Amino acid sequence: MASTAPVEVDRPTGERDVEPDVPWVVIVWNDPINLMSYVVYVFQKLFGYSREKATRLMLDVHHKGKAVVSHGPREKCEHDVARLHAHGLWATMQKDR
Amino acid sequence: MAPARIKRTRRGDFLVRLPAAERELLRRVPRELRTLLTEGDPSRDPALRRLFPPASLEDERLRAEFERLTRHELLAGRLAAAETMERTADAGRLSEDELLAWLSAINDVRLVLGTRLDVTEETTAEDFAELPEDDERVRMYAVYAYLTFLEDQVVEALAG
Repeated sequence: MASTAPVEVDRPTGERDVEPDVPWVVIVWNDPINLMSYVVYVFQKLFGYSREKATRLMLDVHHKGKAVVSHGPREKCEHDVARLHAHGLWATMQKDR
Repeated sequence: MAPARIKRTRRGDFLVRLPAAERELLRRVPRELRTLLTEGDPSRDPALRRLFPPASLEDERLRAEFERLTRHELLAGRLAAAETMERTADAGRLSEDELLAWLSAINDVRLVLGTRLDVTEETTAEDFAELPEDDERVRMYAVYAYLTFLEDQVVEALAG
C-alpha cells in the first residue's frame, strides 16, 4: 500500500516519531447484528485460526465488547481491517501501546 | 428440525433447496442492496455507514486515508456479490464462490435492516408484534429474521 509519509531529512532532535517498527493491532468491536456463528467463520477464514481460537475471540468480542484479532505492521493491519469490513465486521486499528 | 436448506455435496458444491416464496425474496433483496449501494448517501444513511465503518476511532488522517485506499474495492466487492446472488437466486446448485457471494449479500442486508430497525441483542419478534401490520418495520423485521435463519444455514454448510 502506498505510503504518504514524507522523507525525514535532518531531524536531529527526533521529536517526531517515525517509528517504522511500532506494531499495530486490529480490534473487532461487538455489534448486535452479526451472528456468532458467522463471526467465528470469518475469523477462521481470514486468519486461518482454529475453530477453538476463533470461538474464543468471538466470545471475547461478545462478552468484553472487543478483542484484538490480529497484529503486525501498519500495512498488514490495514489489509486485515479492510477484509473484516468487507465481511461486515466493525474493525478498527491502532498502535499497540 | 427442518431439513437443511443448503448442503455441501461430495463434489464440493452446494445443493440449495428453497421454497418458491423464499427464492422470490432472494432475488429482490440483493437488487435492493445494489440500489442502496449505488444511489444511497452515506452522510445521511447510518445503514450505509455501517457497511463502511471508520478504520480508526481517533485518528482522523488514518480514517481518511483508509477510506481513500479501500472504499472503491469494498464497494465493488459488495456490488459483485449482490449481482451474483441475484443471478443465481433460482439455482439448485451453487459453487462455493457463489455461496460465499450469497453470504456476503445476505450479511450486508442484515446489517442494513438491523441498523434501520435499531436491533439490540435482546430484540425479538415480540418487539414488532404491537405495530400495525402495514408498518414498514414489520416487513423489515420479517425479512431480517428470515435472513438470520438462512445465514446460519449458509455458515453451517460452508463450515461443515
